[in-house]
Amino acid sequence: MNRAEAEDFLYQEAALLDAWKLDEWLGLLTEDAVYRVPSNDRPDGDPRKALFTIADDIHRIRARVRRLQDPNAHAESPPSRTRRMISNVRLVAPLRIESNFTIHRFRRGDDQRTYVGRYRHTLRMEGEKPRIASREAILDAMELASLGTVSFIL
Amino acid sequence: MTQRRLVVNEPGEMRFEVHRSALVDPAVFEMEQRRIFDRCWIYVGHESEVRQPGDFRTRTVCGRPLIFTRDSRAQVRVYLNTCRHRGAMVCREREGNAERYTCFYHGWTYDRDGALYAIPGQSAYPPGFDRNSLPLQEPPRVESYRGFVFLSFDRGIVPLAEYLGNAKEYIDIVLDQSPSGQMEVIEGTQEYDIRANWKLLVENSFDDYHLITTHSTWLDYLKRSGVEMKRPQKGEILPSSGRGRDLGNGHGTTDNVNFRGRPVAKWIPLYGETAKPEIERIRAELVARLGAERATRVADTNRNLLVFPNFFLLDGSAVTIRTFEPVAPDRIHVRACALGPVEETPAARAIRLDAFLTFYGPGGFATPDDIEALESVQQAMGTWREVEWSIISRGMAKEGEQLNTDERHLRAFWIQWDKLMRSE
Repeated sequence: MNRAEAEDFLYQEAALLDAWKLDEWLGLLTEDAVYRVPSNDRPDGDPRKALFTIADDIHRIRARVRRLQDPNAHAESPPSRTRRMISNVRLVAPLRIESNFTIHRFRRGDDQRTYVGRYRHTLRMEGEKPRIASREAILDAMELASLGTVSFIL
Repeated sequence: MTQRRLVVNEPGEMRFEVHRSALVDPAVFEMEQRRIFDRCWIYVGHESEVRQPGDFRTRTVCGRPLIFTRDSRAQVRVYLNTCRHRGAMVCREREGNAERYTCFYHGWTYDRDGALYAIPGQSAYPPGFDRNSLPLQEPPRVESYRGFVFLSFDRGIVPLAEYLGNAKEYIDIVLDQSPSGQMEVIEGTQEYDIRANWKLLVENSFDDYHLITTHSTWLDYLKRSGVEMKRPQKGEILPSSGRGRDLGNGHGTTDNVNFRGRPVAKWIPLYGETAKPEIERIRAELVARLGAERATRVADTNRNLLVFPNFFLLDGSAVTIRTFEPVAPDRIHVRACALGPVEETPAARAIRLDAFLTFYGPGGFATPDDIEALESVQQAMGTWREVEWSIISRGMAKEGEQLNTDERHLRAFWIQWDKLMRSE
Protein backbone atom coordinates (compact mmCIF):
# COMPACT_ATOMS: atom_id res chain seq x y z
CA MET A 1 0.00 0.00 0.00
CA ASN A 2 1.32 3.42 -0.94
CA ARG A 3 0.16 6.77 0.38
CA ALA A 4 -2.40 7.34 -2.36
CA GLU A 5 -3.95 3.95 -1.60
CA ALA A 6 -3.93 4.73 2.11
CA GLU A 7 -5.71 8.01 1.42
CA ASP A 8 -8.30 6.30 -0.76
CA PHE A 9 -8.95 3.81 2.00
CA LEU A 10 -9.44 6.48 4.68
CA TYR A 11 -11.65 8.56 2.40
CA GLN A 12 -13.81 5.54 1.71
CA GLU A 13 -14.15 4.84 5.42
CA ALA A 14 -15.03 8.48 6.11
CA ALA A 15 -17.65 8.47 3.34
CA LEU A 16 -19.35 5.40 4.83
CA LEU A 17 -19.40 6.89 8.32
CA ASP A 18 -20.70 10.26 7.12
CA ALA A 19 -23.42 8.47 5.16
CA TRP A 20 -24.31 6.37 8.25
CA LYS A 21 -23.71 3.22 6.19
CA LEU A 22 -22.61 1.51 9.36
CA ASP A 23 -23.10 -2.09 8.24
CA GLU A 24 -20.85 -1.45 5.26
CA TRP A 25 -18.38 0.22 7.57
CA LEU A 26 -18.34 -2.91 9.77
CA GLY A 27 -17.30 -4.76 6.61
CA LEU A 28 -14.04 -2.80 6.63
CA LEU A 29 -13.06 -4.23 10.02
CA THR A 30 -11.23 -7.43 10.88
CA GLU A 31 -12.88 -10.02 13.13
CA ASP A 32 -10.75 -8.82 16.03
CA ALA A 33 -10.82 -5.09 15.39
CA VAL A 34 -10.61 -2.48 18.15
CA TYR A 35 -11.85 1.11 18.19
CA ARG A 36 -10.56 3.51 20.82
CA VAL A 37 -10.94 7.09 21.90
CA PRO A 38 -8.65 7.84 24.85
CA SER A 39 -9.60 10.31 27.58
CA ASN A 40 -8.51 13.79 26.64
CA ASP A 41 -6.04 14.01 29.53
CA ARG A 42 -4.47 10.62 28.72
CA PRO A 43 -4.07 10.66 24.91
CA ASP A 44 -1.40 7.95 25.10
CA GLY A 45 -3.09 5.88 27.79
CA ASP A 46 -3.49 2.13 27.92
CA PRO A 47 -7.17 1.12 28.16
CA ARG A 48 -6.30 -1.64 30.65
CA LYS A 49 -4.89 0.97 33.03
CA ALA A 50 -6.60 4.25 32.19
CA LEU A 51 -10.21 5.26 31.78
CA PHE A 52 -10.99 5.89 28.10
CA THR A 53 -13.92 7.58 26.44
CA ILE A 54 -14.35 4.56 24.15
CA ALA A 55 -12.44 1.26 24.19
CA ASP A 56 -14.39 -1.21 22.07
CA ASP A 57 -13.45 -4.69 20.99
CA ILE A 58 -15.19 -6.04 17.91
CA HIS A 59 -18.18 -7.25 19.94
CA ARG A 60 -18.82 -3.81 21.37
CA ILE A 61 -18.18 -2.15 18.02
CA ARG A 62 -20.96 -4.29 16.55
CA ALA A 63 -23.17 -3.59 19.57
CA ARG A 64 -22.44 0.13 19.13
CA VAL A 65 -23.56 -0.03 15.50
CA ARG A 66 -26.68 -1.95 16.44
CA ARG A 67 -27.44 0.65 19.10
CA LEU A 68 -26.92 3.54 16.70
CA GLN A 69 -29.34 1.93 14.25
CA ASP A 70 -32.01 1.74 16.96
CA PRO A 71 -34.33 4.78 17.07
CA ASN A 72 -34.03 4.58 20.87
CA ALA A 73 -30.39 5.66 20.75
CA HIS A 74 -31.76 9.06 21.66
CA ALA A 75 -28.48 10.98 21.47
CA GLU A 76 -28.32 10.13 17.77
CA SER A 77 -32.00 9.99 16.97
CA PRO A 78 -32.52 11.64 14.60
CA PRO A 79 -28.91 11.07 13.60
CA SER A 80 -26.56 14.02 13.48
CA ARG A 81 -24.98 15.03 10.21
CA THR A 82 -21.25 14.70 10.17
CA ARG A 83 -18.62 15.73 7.66
CA ARG A 84 -15.08 14.44 7.99
CA MET A 85 -12.05 16.20 6.56
CA ILE A 86 -9.01 13.93 6.54
CA SER A 87 -5.54 15.24 5.72
CA ASN A 88 -1.80 14.94 6.48
CA VAL A 89 -1.98 11.25 5.70
CA ARG A 90 1.28 9.43 6.44
CA LEU A 91 2.24 5.80 6.17
CA VAL A 92 4.39 5.52 9.28
CA ALA A 93 5.05 1.80 8.75
CA PRO A 94 3.68 -0.79 6.36
CA LEU A 95 -0.13 -0.79 6.83
CA ARG A 96 0.09 1.76 9.64
CA ILE A 97 -1.51 5.07 8.74
CA GLU A 98 -1.58 8.27 10.73
CA SER A 99 -3.76 11.15 9.64
CA ASN A 100 -5.41 14.31 10.91
CA PHE A 101 -9.15 14.77 11.06
CA THR A 102 -11.66 17.53 11.45
CA ILE A 103 -15.18 16.27 11.97
CA HIS A 104 -18.01 18.77 11.93
CA ARG A 105 -21.15 17.57 13.61
CA PHE A 106 -24.53 19.21 13.12
CA ARG A 107 -27.76 18.62 14.97
CA ARG A 108 -31.03 20.45 14.91
CA GLY A 109 -31.25 23.00 17.69
CA ASP A 110 -27.60 22.60 18.57
CA ASP A 111 -24.42 24.51 17.88
CA GLN A 112 -22.06 23.06 15.32
CA ARG A 113 -19.46 20.96 17.11
CA THR A 114 -16.00 20.46 15.66
CA TYR A 115 -13.96 17.42 16.68
CA VAL A 116 -10.29 17.83 15.80
CA GLY A 117 -7.61 15.23 16.26
CA ARG A 118 -5.64 12.44 14.68
CA TYR A 119 -6.38 8.93 13.58
CA ARG A 120 -4.09 5.95 13.97
CA HIS A 121 -5.14 3.09 11.74
CA THR A 122 -3.50 -0.31 11.75
CA LEU A 123 -4.55 -2.37 8.75
CA ARG A 124 -4.20 -6.03 7.88
CA MET A 125 -4.45 -7.53 4.41
CA GLU A 126 -7.24 -10.07 4.05
CA GLY A 127 -6.58 -11.53 0.64
CA GLU A 128 -6.25 -8.54 -1.64
CA LYS A 129 -8.19 -6.21 0.65
CA PRO A 130 -6.91 -4.06 3.50
CA ARG A 131 -9.01 -4.33 6.64
CA ILE A 132 -8.93 -2.24 9.83
CA ALA A 133 -7.49 -4.13 12.80
CA SER A 134 -7.26 -1.05 14.99
CA ARG A 135 -8.48 2.50 14.75
CA GLU A 136 -7.79 5.13 17.35
CA ALA A 137 -9.27 8.61 17.27
CA ILE A 138 -7.24 10.88 19.52
CA LEU A 139 -8.88 14.23 20.19
CA ASP A 140 -6.81 17.38 20.60
CA ALA A 141 -9.29 19.16 22.87
CA MET A 142 -7.94 19.45 26.44
CA GLU A 143 -11.34 18.33 27.71
CA LEU A 144 -14.41 17.25 25.82
CA ALA A 145 -16.04 20.37 27.31
CA SER A 146 -18.37 21.89 24.73
CA LEU A 147 -17.99 18.86 22.46
CA GLY A 148 -20.19 17.13 25.02
CA THR A 149 -20.40 13.49 24.09
CA VAL A 150 -18.95 11.14 21.50
CA SER A 151 -22.28 9.56 20.60
CA PHE A 152 -21.52 8.95 16.92
CA ILE A 153 -18.54 6.99 15.58
CA LEU A 154 -15.54 9.33 15.47
CA MET B 1 -35.58 38.09 42.75
CA THR B 2 -39.06 36.76 42.42
CA GLN B 3 -40.93 35.91 45.62
CA ARG B 4 -42.63 32.93 44.01
CA ARG B 5 -42.51 29.61 45.88
CA LEU B 6 -40.33 27.34 43.74
CA VAL B 7 -40.97 24.06 45.52
CA VAL B 8 -44.53 23.11 46.44
CA ASN B 9 -44.62 20.26 48.93
CA GLU B 10 -48.17 19.45 50.03
CA PRO B 11 -48.22 15.94 51.51
CA GLY B 12 -51.88 16.39 52.44
CA GLU B 13 -52.78 16.90 48.80
CA MET B 14 -50.13 14.44 47.59
CA ARG B 15 -48.61 17.24 45.58
CA PHE B 16 -44.89 17.80 45.04
CA GLU B 17 -44.00 20.18 42.25
CA VAL B 18 -41.04 22.30 41.25
CA HIS B 19 -41.47 25.59 39.46
CA ARG B 20 -39.64 25.42 36.17
CA SER B 21 -38.23 28.93 36.50
CA ALA B 22 -35.81 27.30 38.97
CA LEU B 23 -34.14 25.75 35.92
CA VAL B 24 -33.79 28.92 33.86
CA ASP B 25 -33.89 32.05 35.99
CA PRO B 26 -30.46 33.78 36.25
CA ALA B 27 -31.50 35.24 39.62
CA VAL B 28 -32.09 31.72 40.97
CA PHE B 29 -28.72 30.67 39.61
CA GLU B 30 -26.94 33.58 41.33
CA MET B 31 -28.67 32.86 44.61
CA GLU B 32 -27.72 29.18 44.40
CA GLN B 33 -24.06 30.15 44.22
CA ARG B 34 -24.27 32.04 47.49
CA ARG B 35 -26.88 30.09 49.43
CA ILE B 36 -26.05 26.55 48.37
CA PHE B 37 -22.58 26.19 46.92
CA ASP B 38 -20.98 28.66 49.37
CA ARG B 39 -22.73 27.07 52.35
CA CYS B 40 -22.29 23.35 51.81
CA TRP B 41 -19.39 20.91 51.82
CA ILE B 42 -18.29 20.63 48.20
CA TYR B 43 -16.13 17.82 46.79
CA VAL B 44 -12.64 18.82 45.63
CA GLY B 45 -10.85 15.58 44.87
CA HIS B 46 -9.55 12.29 46.18
CA GLU B 47 -6.38 11.91 48.22
CA SER B 48 -5.05 9.34 45.75
CA GLU B 49 -4.86 12.02 43.08
CA VAL B 50 -2.00 13.69 44.95
CA ARG B 51 0.27 11.01 46.34
CA GLN B 52 3.61 12.70 47.00
CA PRO B 53 4.57 16.05 48.53
CA GLY B 54 4.28 18.64 45.77
CA ASP B 55 1.87 16.60 43.61
CA PHE B 56 -0.89 18.88 42.44
CA ARG B 57 -4.06 19.03 40.36
CA THR B 58 -5.68 22.28 39.36
CA ARG B 59 -9.43 22.46 39.09
CA THR B 60 -12.28 24.88 39.53
CA VAL B 61 -14.71 24.35 42.40
CA CYS B 62 -17.57 26.73 43.17
CA GLY B 63 -16.20 29.05 40.51
CA ARG B 64 -12.84 29.29 42.31
CA PRO B 65 -9.71 28.06 40.54
CA LEU B 66 -7.89 25.84 43.05
CA ILE B 67 -4.65 23.98 43.52
CA PHE B 68 -5.32 20.60 45.13
CA THR B 69 -2.00 19.34 46.49
CA ARG B 70 0.12 17.78 49.21
CA ASP B 71 2.49 19.97 51.18
CA SER B 72 6.02 19.15 52.33
CA ARG B 73 4.64 17.22 55.32
CA ALA B 74 2.41 15.17 52.96
CA GLN B 75 -0.74 16.88 54.21
CA VAL B 76 -3.49 17.42 51.64
CA ARG B 77 -3.96 21.13 51.05
CA VAL B 78 -6.16 23.31 48.89
CA TYR B 79 -4.96 26.73 47.74
CA LEU B 80 -6.93 29.40 45.98
CA ASN B 81 -5.07 29.67 42.69
CA THR B 82 -4.45 33.41 42.66
CA CYS B 83 -1.36 35.46 43.36
CA ARG B 84 -1.66 37.68 46.43
CA HIS B 85 -0.02 40.45 44.43
CA ARG B 86 -2.31 41.14 41.49
CA GLY B 87 -4.28 38.00 41.02
CA ALA B 88 -2.89 35.87 38.19
CA MET B 89 -3.11 32.12 38.61
CA VAL B 90 0.16 30.86 40.05
CA CYS B 91 -0.27 27.41 38.48
CA ARG B 92 -1.66 26.83 35.02
CA GLU B 93 -0.79 23.17 34.51
CA ARG B 94 -3.51 20.55 34.82
CA GLU B 95 -1.38 18.29 37.04
CA GLY B 96 2.20 17.66 38.05
CA ASN B 97 4.65 18.02 40.90
CA ALA B 98 5.93 21.40 41.99
CA GLU B 99 8.64 22.52 44.38
CA ARG B 100 7.38 26.09 44.06
CA TYR B 101 4.69 28.05 42.25
CA THR B 102 5.96 31.14 40.46
CA CYS B 103 3.45 33.65 39.22
CA PHE B 104 4.64 34.40 35.69
CA TYR B 105 3.19 37.93 35.73
CA HIS B 106 5.60 39.64 38.16
CA GLY B 107 7.48 36.68 39.54
CA TRP B 108 6.13 36.28 43.05
CA THR B 109 6.99 32.76 44.14
CA TYR B 110 5.25 30.50 46.68
CA ASP B 111 6.54 27.24 48.11
CA ARG B 112 4.55 24.01 48.17
CA ASP B 113 3.35 24.85 51.68
CA GLY B 114 1.76 28.02 50.30
CA ALA B 115 4.22 30.45 51.91
CA LEU B 116 5.34 33.46 49.89
CA TYR B 117 8.93 32.47 49.27
CA ALA B 118 10.36 35.27 47.13
CA ILE B 119 9.44 38.60 45.60
CA PRO B 120 11.54 40.23 42.86
CA GLY B 121 12.73 43.62 44.13
CA GLN B 122 11.14 43.35 47.56
CA SER B 123 13.03 46.41 48.88
CA ALA B 124 10.74 48.77 46.93
CA TYR B 125 7.76 47.87 49.12
CA PRO B 126 6.99 50.27 51.99
CA PRO B 127 8.13 49.59 55.56
CA GLY B 128 5.78 47.23 57.33
CA PHE B 129 5.27 45.09 54.22
CA ASP B 130 5.29 41.56 55.58
CA ARG B 131 5.94 38.75 53.15
CA ASN B 132 4.95 36.19 55.78
CA SER B 133 1.42 37.53 55.92
CA LEU B 134 0.83 36.78 52.25
CA PRO B 135 0.68 33.02 51.72
CA LEU B 136 -1.53 31.46 49.08
CA GLN B 137 -4.96 31.75 50.60
CA GLU B 138 -6.97 28.64 51.46
CA PRO B 139 -10.71 27.97 51.60
CA PRO B 140 -12.02 28.48 55.15
CA ARG B 141 -12.61 24.76 55.67
CA VAL B 142 -11.06 21.64 54.12
CA GLU B 143 -11.82 18.19 55.54
CA SER B 144 -11.81 14.65 54.23
CA TYR B 145 -13.74 11.48 54.82
CA ARG B 146 -11.93 8.23 53.94
CA GLY B 147 -9.96 9.82 51.12
CA PHE B 148 -12.69 12.09 49.72
CA VAL B 149 -11.65 15.72 50.22
CA PHE B 150 -14.28 18.42 50.54
CA LEU B 151 -14.08 22.17 51.10
CA SER B 152 -16.49 24.74 52.38
CA PHE B 153 -16.54 28.48 52.00
CA ASP B 154 -18.73 28.65 55.12
CA ARG B 155 -16.38 28.95 58.08
CA GLY B 156 -19.14 28.01 60.53
CA ILE B 157 -20.36 24.86 58.78
CA VAL B 158 -20.71 21.65 60.80
CA PRO B 159 -17.79 19.18 60.51
CA LEU B 160 -17.77 17.13 57.29
CA ALA B 161 -18.44 13.83 59.09
CA GLU B 162 -21.54 15.33 60.70
CA TYR B 163 -22.66 16.86 57.40
CA LEU B 164 -22.32 13.51 55.60
CA GLY B 165 -24.40 11.83 58.28
CA ASN B 166 -26.20 8.79 56.90
CA ALA B 167 -24.34 9.09 53.58
CA LYS B 168 -21.21 7.75 55.34
CA GLU B 169 -22.71 4.28 55.53
CA TYR B 170 -23.06 4.27 51.75
CA ILE B 171 -19.53 5.52 51.17
CA ASP B 172 -18.31 2.76 53.49
CA ILE B 173 -20.06 0.06 51.45
CA VAL B 174 -18.11 1.15 48.37
CA LEU B 175 -14.81 1.22 50.25
CA ASP B 176 -15.41 -2.30 51.50
CA GLN B 177 -14.58 -3.44 47.95
CA SER B 178 -10.95 -2.93 48.96
CA PRO B 179 -9.23 -5.35 51.38
CA SER B 180 -7.52 -2.36 53.03
CA GLY B 181 -10.53 -0.04 52.72
CA GLN B 182 -8.63 2.13 50.27
CA MET B 183 -9.79 3.07 46.82
CA GLU B 184 -7.88 5.14 44.28
CA VAL B 185 -8.83 7.35 41.40
CA ILE B 186 -7.79 5.68 38.15
CA GLU B 187 -6.08 7.88 35.58
CA GLY B 188 -8.16 9.27 32.75
CA THR B 189 -10.77 11.96 33.34
CA GLN B 190 -14.02 12.46 31.52
CA GLU B 191 -14.77 16.17 31.45
CA TYR B 192 -17.72 17.28 29.39
CA ASP B 193 -20.38 19.95 29.33
CA ILE B 194 -24.12 19.49 29.40
CA ARG B 195 -26.35 22.25 28.10
CA ALA B 196 -28.78 21.95 30.96
CA ASN B 197 -29.42 23.11 34.49
CA TRP B 198 -27.37 21.31 37.14
CA LYS B 199 -30.39 20.21 39.14
CA LEU B 200 -31.55 18.15 36.17
CA LEU B 201 -28.30 16.20 36.39
CA VAL B 202 -28.81 15.71 40.12
CA GLU B 203 -32.24 14.23 39.47
CA ASN B 204 -31.04 12.12 36.54
CA SER B 205 -28.04 10.70 38.39
CA PHE B 206 -30.23 8.75 40.81
CA ASP B 207 -33.56 8.61 38.99
CA ASP B 208 -34.23 4.96 38.15
CA TYR B 209 -37.67 5.65 36.70
CA HIS B 210 -36.10 6.66 33.37
CA LEU B 211 -34.04 3.49 32.92
CA ILE B 212 -36.48 1.43 30.85
CA THR B 213 -37.28 4.16 28.34
CA THR B 214 -34.14 6.30 28.15
CA HIS B 215 -31.77 3.32 28.26
CA SER B 216 -33.65 0.67 26.29
CA THR B 217 -30.68 0.25 23.92
CA TRP B 218 -28.38 -0.42 26.86
CA LEU B 219 -30.78 -2.96 28.33
CA ASP B 220 -31.01 -4.55 24.89
CA TYR B 221 -27.21 -4.74 24.77
CA LEU B 222 -27.11 -6.49 28.17
CA LYS B 223 -29.86 -8.87 27.14
CA ARG B 224 -28.17 -9.81 23.86
CA SER B 225 -24.91 -10.43 25.68
CA GLY B 226 -26.62 -13.03 27.86
CA VAL B 227 -27.46 -11.09 31.02
CA GLU B 228 -30.55 -12.51 32.64
CA MET B 229 -33.44 -10.01 32.77
CA LYS B 230 -36.13 -11.16 35.15
CA ARG B 231 -39.70 -10.00 34.75
CA PRO B 232 -40.36 -7.15 37.15
CA GLN B 233 -42.10 -8.05 40.38
CA LYS B 234 -45.68 -6.91 40.80
CA GLY B 235 -45.92 -3.13 41.01
CA GLU B 236 -42.35 -2.65 39.79
CA ILE B 237 -40.87 -1.81 36.40
CA LEU B 238 -37.24 -2.95 36.59
CA PRO B 239 -35.72 -6.46 36.38
CA SER B 240 -34.59 -6.26 39.99
CA SER B 241 -35.97 -4.63 43.08
CA GLY B 242 -34.60 -1.42 44.50
CA ARG B 243 -35.22 1.28 47.03
CA GLY B 244 -34.89 5.04 47.03
CA ARG B 245 -33.72 6.53 50.32
CA ASP B 246 -33.74 9.97 51.86
CA LEU B 247 -30.52 10.11 53.92
CA GLY B 248 -31.12 13.53 55.46
CA ASN B 249 -29.39 16.88 54.82
CA GLY B 250 -30.45 16.62 51.17
CA HIS B 251 -28.40 13.45 50.61
CA GLY B 252 -30.09 10.44 49.09
CA THR B 253 -29.42 7.17 47.37
CA THR B 254 -30.81 4.36 45.37
CA ASP B 255 -30.19 0.94 46.85
CA ASN B 256 -30.85 -1.81 44.31
CA VAL B 257 -30.42 -5.52 43.93
CA ASN B 258 -27.86 -5.93 41.16
CA PHE B 259 -28.78 -7.48 37.83
CA ARG B 260 -26.23 -5.83 35.57
CA GLY B 261 -22.90 -7.35 36.62
CA ARG B 262 -20.26 -5.87 38.92
CA PRO B 263 -16.47 -5.89 38.78
CA VAL B 264 -16.75 -6.58 42.55
CA ALA B 265 -18.03 -9.20 42.24
CA LYS B 266 -20.73 -10.52 39.95
CA TRP B 267 -19.65 -12.01 36.64
CA ILE B 268 -21.78 -11.49 33.53
CA PRO B 269 -21.10 -12.92 30.06
CA LEU B 270 -20.04 -9.45 28.83
CA TYR B 271 -16.84 -9.77 30.86
CA GLY B 272 -15.82 -12.88 28.89
CA GLU B 273 -15.07 -16.40 30.13
CA THR B 274 -11.48 -15.50 30.92
CA ALA B 275 -12.63 -13.01 33.56
CA LYS B 276 -14.60 -15.61 35.52
CA PRO B 277 -11.84 -16.94 37.80
CA GLU B 278 -10.74 -13.41 38.70
CA ILE B 279 -14.28 -12.33 39.66
CA GLU B 280 -14.70 -15.54 41.68
CA ARG B 281 -11.42 -14.88 43.47
CA ILE B 282 -12.53 -11.34 44.36
CA ARG B 283 -15.82 -12.68 45.64
CA ALA B 284 -14.11 -15.30 47.80
CA GLU B 285 -11.87 -12.62 49.32
CA LEU B 286 -14.92 -10.49 50.16
CA VAL B 287 -16.72 -13.38 51.86
CA ALA B 288 -13.61 -14.37 53.83
CA ARG B 289 -13.00 -10.82 54.98
CA LEU B 290 -16.52 -9.51 55.52
CA GLY B 291 -18.69 -12.59 56.02
CA ALA B 292 -21.40 -13.71 53.62
CA GLU B 293 -23.99 -11.10 54.53
CA ARG B 294 -21.78 -8.05 54.20
CA ALA B 295 -20.17 -9.49 51.06
CA THR B 296 -23.64 -9.68 49.51
CA ARG B 297 -24.28 -6.09 50.54
CA VAL B 298 -21.06 -4.96 48.87
CA ALA B 299 -21.12 -7.18 45.78
CA ASP B 300 -24.79 -7.64 44.93
CA THR B 301 -26.26 -4.17 45.33
CA ASN B 302 -25.91 -1.06 43.19
CA ARG B 303 -26.16 2.35 44.75
CA ASN B 304 -26.20 5.85 43.29
CA LEU B 305 -25.39 8.13 46.20
CA LEU B 306 -25.86 11.89 46.22
CA VAL B 307 -23.96 13.97 48.75
CA PHE B 308 -25.80 17.26 48.55
CA PRO B 309 -25.50 19.26 46.37
CA ASN B 310 -23.22 17.97 43.59
CA PHE B 311 -21.20 14.87 44.50
CA PHE B 312 -22.30 11.49 43.21
CA LEU B 313 -20.70 8.17 44.01
CA LEU B 314 -22.20 5.78 41.46
CA ASP B 315 -21.59 2.14 42.29
CA GLY B 316 -23.08 0.23 39.36
CA SER B 317 -21.36 -1.11 36.25
CA ALA B 318 -18.18 0.22 37.92
CA VAL B 319 -17.55 2.89 40.56
CA THR B 320 -17.73 6.45 39.28
CA ILE B 321 -17.14 9.73 41.01
CA ARG B 322 -19.28 12.28 39.22
CA THR B 323 -19.16 15.89 40.27
CA PHE B 324 -20.09 19.03 38.45
CA GLU B 325 -19.90 22.79 38.33
CA PRO B 326 -22.92 24.81 37.32
CA VAL B 327 -21.51 27.58 35.08
CA ALA B 328 -24.78 29.11 33.88
CA PRO B 329 -28.47 28.35 34.41
CA ASP B 330 -28.31 26.16 31.31
CA ARG B 331 -24.76 24.83 31.46
CA ILE B 332 -22.85 22.28 33.56
CA HIS B 333 -19.19 21.25 33.53
CA VAL B 334 -19.07 17.58 34.53
CA ARG B 335 -15.96 15.85 35.85
CA ALA B 336 -16.10 12.08 36.13
CA CYS B 337 -13.51 9.46 36.93
CA ALA B 338 -13.29 5.81 37.89
CA LEU B 339 -12.47 4.57 41.37
CA GLY B 340 -10.94 1.17 42.10
CA PRO B 341 -9.46 -0.76 45.04
CA VAL B 342 -5.74 -0.03 45.46
CA GLU B 343 -5.02 -3.78 45.63
CA GLU B 344 -6.79 -4.56 42.35
CA THR B 345 -4.83 -6.88 40.05
CA PRO B 346 -4.09 -5.66 36.51
CA ALA B 347 -6.64 -8.17 35.20
CA ALA B 348 -9.37 -6.99 37.56
CA ARG B 349 -8.55 -3.37 36.81
CA ALA B 350 -8.96 -4.03 33.09
CA ILE B 351 -12.37 -5.67 33.71
CA ARG B 352 -13.42 -2.68 35.80
CA LEU B 353 -12.44 -0.14 33.15
CA ASP B 354 -14.11 -2.12 30.41
CA ALA B 355 -17.30 -2.52 32.46
CA PHE B 356 -17.29 1.21 33.19
CA LEU B 357 -17.50 2.03 29.49
CA THR B 358 -20.51 -0.19 28.80
CA PHE B 359 -22.76 2.28 30.59
CA TYR B 360 -21.02 5.41 31.78
CA GLY B 361 -19.37 8.32 30.14
CA PRO B 362 -19.57 10.46 27.03
CA GLY B 363 -18.88 7.45 24.79
CA GLY B 364 -20.82 4.88 26.84
CA PHE B 365 -24.06 3.19 25.86
CA ALA B 366 -26.17 5.13 28.36
CA THR B 367 -24.76 8.49 29.46
CA PRO B 368 -25.12 10.16 26.03
CA ASP B 369 -28.84 9.42 26.13
CA ASP B 370 -29.09 10.88 29.64
CA ILE B 371 -27.45 14.02 28.38
CA GLU B 372 -29.82 14.12 25.44
CA ALA B 373 -32.74 13.91 27.88
CA LEU B 374 -31.40 16.74 30.02
CA GLU B 375 -30.71 18.96 27.04
CA SER B 376 -34.15 18.20 25.69
CA VAL B 377 -35.70 19.32 28.99
CA GLN B 378 -33.62 22.48 28.99
CA GLN B 379 -34.60 23.41 25.43
CA ALA B 380 -38.23 22.88 26.33
CA MET B 381 -37.92 25.25 29.30
CA GLY B 382 -38.61 28.06 26.86
CA THR B 383 -42.19 27.17 27.78
CA TRP B 384 -41.86 27.69 31.53
CA ARG B 385 -44.18 30.69 31.60
CA GLU B 386 -46.99 28.57 30.16
CA VAL B 387 -46.18 25.13 31.59
CA GLU B 388 -44.99 26.16 35.02
CA TRP B 389 -44.61 23.05 37.14
CA SER B 390 -42.66 19.79 37.03
CA ILE B 391 -44.13 16.83 38.90
CA ILE B 392 -42.06 14.85 41.41
CA SER B 393 -44.73 13.00 43.37
CA ARG B 394 -44.10 9.34 42.52
CA GLY B 395 -44.58 7.18 45.56
CA MET B 396 -45.90 9.99 47.75
CA ALA B 397 -48.94 8.02 48.82
CA LYS B 398 -46.89 5.03 49.98
CA GLU B 399 -46.31 4.23 53.59
CA GLY B 400 -42.82 3.10 54.58
CA GLU B 401 -40.08 2.39 52.08
CA GLN B 402 -40.13 3.68 48.55
CA LEU B 403 -38.91 2.10 45.35
CA ASN B 404 -35.89 3.35 43.43
CA THR B 405 -38.39 4.25 40.71
CA ASP B 406 -40.32 6.38 43.19
CA GLU B 407 -39.07 9.84 43.93
CA ARG B 408 -38.58 10.26 47.66
CA HIS B 409 -34.84 10.71 47.23
CA LEU B 410 -35.41 13.32 44.53
CA ARG B 411 -37.84 15.14 46.79
CA ALA B 412 -35.28 15.06 49.60
CA PHE B 413 -32.85 16.91 47.34
CA TRP B 414 -35.41 19.53 46.39
CA ILE B 415 -36.60 20.03 49.96
CA GLN B 416 -33.03 20.77 51.10
CA TRP B 417 -32.48 22.99 48.07
CA ASP B 418 -35.62 24.94 48.90
CA LYS B 419 -34.69 25.21 52.57
CA LEU B 420 -31.26 26.65 51.81
CA MET B 421 -32.58 28.96 49.11
CA ARG B 422 -35.06 30.45 51.58
CA SER B 423 -32.52 30.95 54.39
CA GLU B 424 -30.98 34.42 54.52
